[in-house]
Amino acid sequence: MSLRSRGSAEGAVSVSAFAYLYSELVQYHQGRVASISELERRLENSGYGVGFRVLELLTLRSKEYKREIRLMSILQFVSAAVWKSLFGKSADSLERSIDNADEYMIVDYEPITSTFVSVPSDLGQLSCDSFVSGIIAGVLEGSGFPARVTAHTVPMEEGEYMSKISAGNTALLQRKDKAVFLVKFSKEVLERDAALDR
Amino acid sequence: MTSQQVLLFGIVGKNEPLYEAEFNKLPGSTTVDSITRQNYFVLHSALDLVEKAAWATNNMYLKVVDKVNQQQVSTFLTAGNIKFMLLHSGRSEDSIRNFFIDVYEVYVKLAMNPFYQYDKPITSKAFDTKVRAAARRYLS
Repeated sequence: MSLRSRGSAEGAVSVSAFAYLYSELVQYHQGRVASISELERRLENSGYGVGFRVLELLTLRSKEYKREIRLMSILQFVSAAVWKSLFGKSADSLERSIDNADEYMIVDYEPITSTFVSVPSDLGQLSCDSFVSGIIAGVLEGSGFPARVTAHTVPMEEGEYMSKISAGNTALLQRKDKAVFLVKFSKEVLERDAALDR
Repeated sequence: MTSQQVLLFGIVGKNEPLYEAEFNKLPGSTTVDSITRQNYFVLHSALDLVEKAAWATNNMYLKVVDKVNQQQVSTFLTAGNIKFMLLHSGRSEDSIRNFFIDVYEVYVKLAMNPFYQYDKPITSKAFDTKVRAAARRYLS
Protein backbone atom coordinates (compact mmCIF):
# COMPACT_ATOMS: atom_id res chain seq x y z
CA MET A 1 0.00 0.00 0.00
CA SER A 2 1.46 3.27 -1.00
CA LEU A 3 0.66 6.53 0.69
CA ARG A 4 1.79 8.58 -2.26
CA SER A 5 -0.92 10.78 -3.65
CA ARG A 6 -2.05 9.22 -6.89
CA GLY A 7 -3.13 12.43 -8.51
CA SER A 8 -6.50 14.08 -8.25
CA ALA A 9 -8.04 12.23 -11.23
CA GLU A 10 -7.89 8.83 -9.61
CA GLY A 11 -8.46 10.04 -6.09
CA ALA A 12 -11.51 12.13 -6.88
CA VAL A 13 -14.85 11.06 -5.46
CA SER A 14 -18.13 12.30 -6.90
CA VAL A 15 -20.09 14.79 -4.82
CA SER A 16 -23.22 12.63 -5.04
CA ALA A 17 -21.38 9.62 -3.64
CA PHE A 18 -20.24 11.73 -0.71
CA ALA A 19 -23.68 13.26 -0.26
CA TYR A 20 -25.34 9.82 -0.08
CA LEU A 21 -22.76 8.48 2.32
CA TYR A 22 -22.93 11.55 4.51
CA SER A 23 -26.71 11.55 4.61
CA GLU A 24 -26.58 7.94 5.81
CA LEU A 25 -24.12 8.96 8.53
CA VAL A 26 -26.42 11.73 9.72
CA GLN A 27 -29.47 9.46 9.65
CA TYR A 28 -27.60 6.78 11.57
CA HIS A 29 -26.81 9.17 14.38
CA GLN A 30 -30.18 10.87 14.32
CA GLY A 31 -31.90 7.57 15.05
CA ARG A 32 -29.84 7.17 18.19
CA VAL A 33 -29.96 10.55 19.85
CA ALA A 34 -32.57 12.52 21.72
CA SER A 35 -31.45 16.09 21.14
CA ILE A 36 -29.85 18.41 18.63
CA SER A 37 -26.69 19.06 20.62
CA GLU A 38 -26.19 15.31 21.06
CA LEU A 39 -26.41 14.86 17.29
CA GLU A 40 -23.94 17.67 16.69
CA ARG A 41 -21.58 16.19 19.23
CA ARG A 42 -21.69 12.77 17.55
CA LEU A 43 -20.98 14.34 14.16
CA GLU A 44 -18.04 16.18 15.71
CA ASN A 45 -16.68 12.96 17.14
CA SER A 46 -16.92 11.33 13.73
CA GLY A 47 -14.97 14.20 12.22
CA TYR A 48 -12.30 14.18 14.90
CA GLY A 49 -10.65 10.98 13.70
CA VAL A 50 -10.65 12.28 10.13
CA GLY A 51 -8.91 15.45 11.27
CA PHE A 52 -6.13 13.63 13.02
CA ARG A 53 -5.54 11.30 10.05
CA VAL A 54 -5.59 14.13 7.53
CA LEU A 55 -3.00 16.00 9.61
CA GLU A 56 -0.52 13.12 9.64
CA LEU A 57 -1.12 12.11 6.04
CA LEU A 58 -0.74 15.57 4.54
CA THR A 59 2.43 16.21 6.53
CA LEU A 60 3.95 12.90 5.46
CA ARG A 61 3.08 13.49 1.81
CA SER A 62 4.58 16.97 1.77
CA LYS A 63 7.94 15.36 2.59
CA GLU A 64 9.13 18.49 4.32
CA TYR A 65 9.15 16.99 7.81
CA LYS A 66 8.20 20.17 9.49
CA ARG A 67 5.45 20.78 12.04
CA GLU A 68 3.57 23.97 12.71
CA ILE A 69 4.30 25.58 16.04
CA ARG A 70 2.75 29.02 15.56
CA LEU A 71 -0.95 29.75 15.80
CA MET A 72 -1.23 31.62 12.51
CA SER A 73 0.64 28.93 10.60
CA ILE A 74 -1.54 26.12 11.89
CA LEU A 75 -4.68 28.10 11.02
CA GLN A 76 -3.32 28.73 7.56
CA PHE A 77 -2.50 25.06 7.25
CA VAL A 78 -6.11 24.20 8.10
CA SER A 79 -7.74 26.76 5.85
CA ALA A 80 -5.47 26.08 2.86
CA ALA A 81 -3.88 22.61 2.82
CA VAL A 82 -6.55 20.67 4.72
CA TRP A 83 -9.43 22.34 2.90
CA LYS A 84 -7.80 21.79 -0.47
CA SER A 85 -7.19 18.11 0.10
CA LEU A 86 -10.67 17.49 1.49
CA PHE A 87 -12.84 19.84 -0.55
CA GLY A 88 -10.73 20.72 -3.57
CA LYS A 89 -10.46 24.44 -2.79
CA SER A 90 -9.07 26.62 0.00
CA ALA A 91 -11.41 27.97 2.63
CA ASP A 92 -12.97 31.18 1.49
CA SER A 93 -11.79 33.28 4.36
CA LEU A 94 -9.81 33.20 7.61
CA GLU A 95 -10.65 36.00 10.01
CA ARG A 96 -9.76 37.00 13.49
CA SER A 97 -12.53 38.06 15.83
CA ILE A 98 -12.42 41.67 16.93
CA ASP A 99 -14.06 41.10 20.29
CA ASN A 100 -12.04 38.16 21.56
CA ALA A 101 -8.34 37.58 21.04
CA ASP A 102 -8.73 33.82 21.21
CA GLU A 103 -11.39 33.44 18.52
CA TYR A 104 -10.85 32.94 14.82
CA MET A 105 -13.32 32.25 12.04
CA ILE A 106 -12.96 30.09 8.95
CA VAL A 107 -15.61 30.78 6.35
CA ASP A 108 -16.82 28.45 3.64
CA TYR A 109 -19.47 29.62 1.20
CA GLU A 110 -20.35 26.17 -0.02
CA PRO A 111 -19.70 23.48 2.56
CA ILE A 112 -20.50 20.14 0.97
CA THR A 113 -21.73 18.72 4.23
CA SER A 114 -24.76 20.98 4.31
CA THR A 115 -25.30 21.93 0.67
CA PHE A 116 -27.65 19.01 0.18
CA VAL A 117 -29.24 19.15 3.60
CA SER A 118 -32.45 20.96 4.39
CA VAL A 119 -33.01 21.12 8.11
CA PRO A 120 -36.64 20.62 9.20
CA SER A 121 -38.07 23.36 11.38
CA ASP A 122 -38.30 21.18 14.47
CA LEU A 123 -34.53 20.72 14.42
CA GLY A 124 -34.06 24.47 14.43
CA GLN A 125 -30.45 25.26 15.07
CA LEU A 126 -28.84 22.07 13.80
CA SER A 127 -25.80 22.48 11.63
CA CYS A 128 -24.62 19.40 9.77
CA ASP A 129 -21.29 21.12 9.33
CA SER A 130 -20.43 19.94 12.84
CA PHE A 131 -18.70 17.09 11.05
CA VAL A 132 -16.29 19.59 9.55
CA SER A 133 -15.82 21.38 12.86
CA GLY A 134 -14.86 17.98 14.26
CA ILE A 135 -12.26 17.65 11.52
CA ILE A 136 -10.83 21.10 12.31
CA ALA A 137 -10.78 20.30 16.03
CA GLY A 138 -8.97 17.02 15.32
CA VAL A 139 -6.27 18.75 13.31
CA LEU A 140 -5.80 21.49 15.90
CA GLU A 141 -5.75 19.27 18.93
CA GLY A 142 -3.42 16.77 17.25
CA SER A 143 -0.86 19.44 16.51
CA GLY A 144 -0.99 20.77 20.06
CA PHE A 145 -3.44 23.67 19.79
CA PRO A 146 -6.51 22.48 21.67
CA ALA A 147 -9.55 24.45 20.65
CA ARG A 148 -13.30 24.42 20.73
CA VAL A 149 -14.69 24.54 17.19
CA THR A 150 -18.33 25.21 16.42
CA ALA A 151 -20.17 25.49 13.12
CA HIS A 152 -22.60 28.30 12.49
CA THR A 153 -24.78 29.06 9.52
CA VAL A 154 -24.78 32.75 8.85
CA PRO A 155 -26.85 34.54 6.23
CA MET A 156 -24.70 36.07 3.55
CA GLU A 157 -24.59 39.69 2.69
CA GLU A 158 -25.88 40.79 -0.69
CA GLY A 159 -22.71 41.22 -2.64
CA GLU A 160 -20.59 38.54 -0.96
CA TYR A 161 -21.47 35.40 -2.81
CA MET A 162 -22.35 37.03 -6.12
CA SER A 163 -18.83 38.30 -6.56
CA LYS A 164 -17.54 34.72 -6.26
CA ILE A 165 -19.95 33.46 -8.90
CA SER A 166 -19.15 36.23 -11.33
CA ALA A 167 -15.47 35.38 -10.92
CA GLY A 168 -16.19 32.22 -12.84
CA ASN A 169 -16.72 29.68 -10.07
CA THR A 170 -19.51 27.26 -10.77
CA ALA A 171 -21.93 27.18 -7.88
CA LEU A 172 -23.63 23.98 -6.82
CA LEU A 173 -26.80 25.66 -5.65
CA GLN A 174 -27.97 29.14 -5.06
CA ARG A 175 -27.13 29.62 -1.40
CA LYS A 176 -28.33 32.20 1.04
CA ASP A 177 -26.11 31.13 3.93
CA LYS A 178 -22.46 30.59 4.45
CA ALA A 179 -20.87 28.32 7.02
CA VAL A 180 -18.67 29.96 9.62
CA PHE A 181 -16.46 27.80 11.82
CA LEU A 182 -15.68 29.54 15.05
CA VAL A 183 -12.38 28.39 16.53
CA LYS A 184 -11.83 29.25 20.17
CA PHE A 185 -8.36 28.35 21.44
CA SER A 186 -7.60 27.36 25.02
CA LYS A 187 -5.78 29.85 27.18
CA GLU A 188 -2.48 27.96 27.33
CA VAL A 189 -2.27 27.96 23.54
CA LEU A 190 -2.40 31.75 23.44
CA GLU A 191 0.07 32.07 26.28
CA ARG A 192 2.50 29.75 24.61
CA ASP A 193 2.16 31.54 21.32
CA ALA A 194 2.71 34.91 22.97
CA ALA A 195 5.81 33.54 24.70
CA LEU A 196 7.19 32.44 21.34
CA ASP A 197 6.82 35.95 20.03
CA ARG A 198 9.34 37.30 22.44
CA MET B 1 35.89 0.63 23.02
CA THR B 2 32.90 -1.48 22.15
CA SER B 3 29.88 0.77 22.44
CA GLN B 4 26.81 -0.61 24.15
CA GLN B 5 24.99 -2.15 21.26
CA VAL B 6 21.52 -2.17 22.69
CA LEU B 7 19.26 0.47 21.22
CA LEU B 8 16.00 1.28 22.89
CA PHE B 9 13.27 2.73 20.72
CA GLY B 10 10.12 4.09 22.29
CA ILE B 11 7.02 5.86 21.06
CA VAL B 12 5.46 8.14 23.64
CA GLY B 13 2.07 9.80 23.25
CA LYS B 14 0.53 12.61 25.24
CA ASN B 15 -0.16 10.51 28.34
CA GLU B 16 1.62 7.20 28.15
CA PRO B 17 4.14 5.13 26.21
CA LEU B 18 2.58 3.63 23.10
CA TYR B 19 5.26 1.26 21.92
CA GLU B 20 8.70 -0.04 22.94
CA ALA B 21 11.31 -2.12 21.20
CA GLU B 22 14.88 -3.07 21.87
CA PHE B 23 17.24 -3.50 18.99
CA ASN B 24 20.02 -5.81 20.05
CA LYS B 25 23.06 -6.35 17.96
CA LEU B 26 23.56 -9.88 19.31
CA PRO B 27 20.56 -12.09 18.59
CA GLY B 28 21.18 -14.72 21.23
CA SER B 29 21.84 -12.55 24.26
CA THR B 30 19.35 -10.98 26.57
CA THR B 31 20.17 -7.73 28.31
CA VAL B 32 20.54 -7.75 32.05
CA ASP B 33 17.35 -6.64 33.73
CA SER B 34 18.90 -3.72 35.57
CA ILE B 35 20.38 -2.34 32.36
CA THR B 36 17.01 -2.54 30.65
CA ARG B 37 15.32 -0.68 33.47
CA GLN B 38 18.04 1.93 33.48
CA ASN B 39 17.59 2.40 29.74
CA TYR B 40 13.85 2.92 30.14
CA PHE B 41 14.53 5.43 32.89
CA VAL B 42 17.00 7.45 30.84
CA LEU B 43 14.74 7.44 27.81
CA HIS B 44 11.66 8.63 29.64
CA SER B 45 13.48 11.15 31.78
CA ALA B 46 14.39 12.99 28.60
CA LEU B 47 10.71 13.74 27.98
CA ASP B 48 10.75 17.17 29.60
CA LEU B 49 13.68 18.20 27.42
CA VAL B 50 11.74 17.02 24.39
CA GLU B 51 8.83 19.21 25.39
CA LYS B 52 11.11 22.19 25.68
CA ALA B 53 12.78 21.58 22.35
CA ALA B 54 9.48 20.86 20.63
CA TRP B 55 8.31 24.47 20.70
CA ALA B 56 11.65 25.93 19.75
CA THR B 57 11.80 24.62 16.22
CA ASN B 58 9.39 23.48 13.55
CA ASN B 59 11.61 20.64 12.44
CA MET B 60 10.25 17.19 13.16
CA TYR B 61 13.68 15.70 13.75
CA LEU B 62 15.05 17.08 17.01
CA LYS B 63 18.42 15.31 16.89
CA VAL B 64 19.98 14.68 20.29
CA VAL B 65 18.00 16.15 23.19
CA ASP B 66 19.80 14.57 26.12
CA LYS B 67 23.20 13.09 26.91
CA VAL B 68 23.70 10.82 29.91
CA ASN B 69 27.11 9.21 30.45
CA GLN B 70 27.76 7.53 27.14
CA GLN B 71 24.16 7.39 26.01
CA GLN B 72 22.25 9.85 23.89
CA VAL B 73 18.55 10.29 23.29
CA SER B 74 17.42 11.41 19.85
CA THR B 75 13.85 12.37 19.15
CA PHE B 76 11.48 12.79 16.24
CA LEU B 77 8.10 14.48 16.63
CA THR B 78 5.22 13.62 14.35
CA ALA B 79 2.69 16.20 13.12
CA GLY B 80 0.35 14.92 15.82
CA ASN B 81 2.99 15.52 18.52
CA ILE B 82 3.70 11.85 19.09
CA LYS B 83 7.30 11.41 20.19
CA PHE B 84 9.57 8.79 18.64
CA MET B 85 12.62 8.43 20.88
CA LEU B 86 15.78 6.44 20.42
CA LEU B 87 18.36 5.70 23.10
CA HIS B 88 21.73 5.03 21.54
CA SER B 89 25.41 5.49 22.11
CA GLY B 90 26.51 7.48 19.15
CA ARG B 91 25.08 6.82 15.71
CA SER B 92 25.28 9.06 12.72
CA GLU B 93 22.50 11.61 12.69
CA ASP B 94 21.63 10.76 9.13
CA SER B 95 21.02 7.07 9.74
CA ILE B 96 18.85 7.87 12.75
CA ARG B 97 16.91 10.43 10.74
CA ASN B 98 16.27 7.92 7.97
CA PHE B 99 15.18 5.35 10.52
CA PHE B 100 12.72 7.81 12.07
CA ILE B 101 11.32 8.76 8.67
CA ASP B 102 10.74 5.11 7.85
CA VAL B 103 9.01 4.52 11.16
CA TYR B 104 6.92 7.64 10.56
CA GLU B 105 5.66 6.18 7.32
CA VAL B 106 4.77 2.91 9.02
CA TYR B 107 3.08 4.87 11.81
CA VAL B 108 0.93 6.88 9.40
CA LYS B 109 -0.14 3.67 7.68
CA LEU B 110 -1.18 2.35 11.08
CA ALA B 111 -3.01 5.59 11.87
CA MET B 112 -5.07 5.32 8.68
CA ASN B 113 -6.68 2.21 10.17
CA PRO B 114 -10.12 3.34 11.42
CA PHE B 115 -9.82 0.94 14.31
CA TYR B 116 -6.68 2.57 15.64
CA GLN B 117 -7.38 5.43 18.00
CA TYR B 118 -5.02 8.34 18.28
CA ASP B 119 -2.73 8.23 21.31
CA LYS B 120 -3.44 4.62 22.24
CA PRO B 121 -0.88 1.82 22.69
CA ILE B 122 0.21 0.14 19.49
CA THR B 123 -0.33 -3.61 19.52
CA SER B 124 -0.12 -4.47 15.84
CA LYS B 125 2.41 -7.22 15.08
CA ALA B 126 2.83 -5.97 11.52
CA PHE B 127 3.91 -2.60 12.89
CA ASP B 128 6.44 -4.29 15.12
CA THR B 129 7.88 -6.33 12.23
CA LYS B 130 8.21 -3.29 9.99
CA VAL B 131 9.88 -1.21 12.70
CA ARG B 132 12.41 -3.96 13.37
CA ALA B 133 13.09 -4.28 9.66
CA ALA B 134 13.73 -0.53 9.45
CA ALA B 135 16.05 -0.77 12.42
CA ARG B 136 18.01 -3.56 10.77
CA ARG B 137 18.28 -1.51 7.62
CA TYR B 138 19.48 1.75 9.15
CA LEU B 139 20.83 1.05 12.58
CA SER B 140 23.07 -1.97 12.33
